[in-house]
Amino acid sequence: MTSAALPASVDAMLELLTSRGYLAERALATVTYLSLRMGRPLFLEGEAGVGKTEIAKVLSAALGRKLIRLQCYEGLDVSSAVYEWNSAAQMIAIRMAEAAGDTDRDQLSSDIFADRYMIKRPLLQALEPDVAGPPVLLIDELDRADEAFEAYLLEILSDFQVTIPEFGTVKAPHPPIVIITSNRTREIHDALKRRCLYHWVDYPAADRELAIVKTRVPGISAKLSQQVVRFVQALRNQDFYKSPGVAETIDWATALSELDARSLTPQVVGDTLGALLKYQDDITRMQGDTLQKVLKDATSD
Amino acid sequence: MAINHLAPELTEQFADNIVGFARALRAAGLPVGPGAVIDGVNALQVIDIGSRADVFTTLEAIFVKRHEHALIFRQAFNLFFRASEEWKHMLDSVPLPDGAKKKPPAASRRVQEALSQPRMTETQQHQEQDLRLSVSDKEILQKKDFAQMSAAEITEALHAIERMRLPQAELLTRRHRPDPRGLRLDLRRTLRASLHTGGDIIDIHRLGRIEKPAPIVALLDISGSMSEYTRLFLHFLHAIGDARKRVSVFLFGTRLTNVTRALRQRDPDEALATCSAAVEDWAGGTRISASLHNFNKLWARRVLSQGAIVLLISDGLEREADSKLAFEMDRLHRSCRRLIWLNPLLRFGGFEAKAQGIKMMLPHVDEFRPVHNLSSIHELISTLSRPLPPHHRSLIRSAA
Repeated sequence: MTSAALPASVDAMLELLTSRGYLAERALATVTYLSLRMGRPLFLEGEAGVGKTEIAKVLSAALGRKLIRLQCYEGLDVSSAVYEWNSAAQMIAIRMAEAAGDTDRDQLSSDIFADRYMIKRPLLQALEPDVAGPPVLLIDELDRADEAFEAYLLEILSDFQVTIPEFGTVKAPHPPIVIITSNRTREIHDALKRRCLYHWVDYPAADRELAIVKTRVPGISAKLSQQVVRFVQALRNQDFYKSPGVAETIDWATALSELDARSLTPQVVGDTLGALLKYQDDITRMQGDTLQKVLKDATSD
Repeated sequence: MAINHLAPELTEQFADNIVGFARALRAAGLPVGPGAVIDGVNALQVIDIGSRADVFTTLEAIFVKRHEHALIFRQAFNLFFRASEEWKHMLDSVPLPDGAKKKPPAASRRVQEALSQPRMTETQQHQEQDLRLSVSDKEILQKKDFAQMSAAEITEALHAIERMRLPQAELLTRRHRPDPRGLRLDLRRTLRASLHTGGDIIDIHRLGRIEKPAPIVALLDISGSMSEYTRLFLHFLHAIGDARKRVSVFLFGTRLTNVTRALRQRDPDEALATCSAAVEDWAGGTRISASLHNFNKLWARRVLSQGAIVLLISDGLEREADSKLAFEMDRLHRSCRRLIWLNPLLRFGGFEAKAQGIKMMLPHVDEFRPVHNLSSIHELISTLSRPLPPHHRSLIRSAA
């Protein structure tokens, strides 16, 4: 893995992302570029499946940095996010010391709270020096963690150091590139957002989405890809509970090309609608006349 | 310029005024003790009391100890000490609220009530404060419908509501803390403790799960038919929503407005004023179905994710009741832990769910409760503080 230099301009950033198959809006490239330049975490919020997580993966690959991912969930705590002592190994070490007749207590405690008995979790890994340069730290779906974790994260993001009582303070020589994503299942506290550069990732416009489908589903015919994108764009204008994201568009296009579909027909769409809409209510609404109408618009030249 | 240039009787009067002013502040809810009054009089001895602004700043520095009291202080000051042309005398009695003037700002109502009280001596005031309502009065107040209360009774009810504190309705979180009766072993602390005894484990340290109050989301109907209740409910929501508890508040009439942030201010009147500034359609018509649709679409996922309890406060009188309303209610019901519908119409003994909208909504709620007087609010609080049952379907079978 060779480390690439950081892009020197927004255009360079856009090019870098495009070269890796991530077709970003200019606004997203700008804010990403700024976050790298200013050393500030990037906070991406948006609907599920619009490519928030993807950008971290693409960045780490393009810059040749290690990707460290912390998937958030309710009840995420220090022992699963930062570090944990390997208690079983420590106990064995104590018994071994006993068997060998070592009774020096201070020596014992400094022995068993050493680096090798520590299980490092993503946040601590991200603070460690890396030969390829500071890693990309992806904190995914922060909204799923609770407020207590958010407050803790705030502390880490402000000085990139962690204090471990038995061990001392670990400080990052160079702060990692931090990307935080949120699906907005709850509002993230202002204090955390203030430290970051914020960007709302929206659904792409039709032409961009078409380019994305062509990039990500290589074997697809031009006609089908155009129909797919038109159909999905029309769905987003409908009042659905959960509109399909870009990830769903790619899934659906992949599914259709797996089924060797040449173009959209009511039959094929009805059979594969589950790749696009994930709520029964939404699928029910998409029957009969509505489906016919959207389909007609999407397939007319 | 010190105060000595004034005649002695003026000085006395001036000190009296400061005492009176402090009393008014106390009545308006500021914690002003006798020590502060002495400080105030002393401080005014050493500044130029010819300058109104200087006196204001001086007294503010002494009487206001918390930022949220500053506004009340400013209004009390402006009411108590008349405009600057008569300022030099500092002898003015309190101007009574003038009905012809344009509507006073929010906190003024409290300040004016405080200032228009008859003057009393300190001892009288203490007696007054110790004087609680007699029991029978209290009972009547508990049972009286908010819509039929006089202004004084409403004030009393508001005080009662402000004193209400929501006991913690707890949800178990997935976070742990040291707890001797906990179920999980805290291996790390156990091991550290064992080092004191050369590696022998003597004390077992345990972890228990942390409990946290369930978030509350209130959807409050502010259409015309609900207008007598709106202010009281907002007071109630303000009282239960202090910084530690997660309480989100939405108002809806013909449209839906999120007023959570506006309600966070510490002074309830001020918070209410901010709310009414934020809402455009105070006491217009109702479109419950459209408002619920907006809530489900724009907010549900953002505020209901952590096992929230939803309080829907509405009379359910909807003109355009159709299947959409039932659909949105159903969706709301399925995306929260508990849906409690509070309806002031239930106060009528013979109330039957005849209105189309109410019939549509009823099958989708976990609880249907009256909320029109203090005792029903107390009952609501005890409901909210019961341990939460796991999310369950409503016992009322859906007609569908």
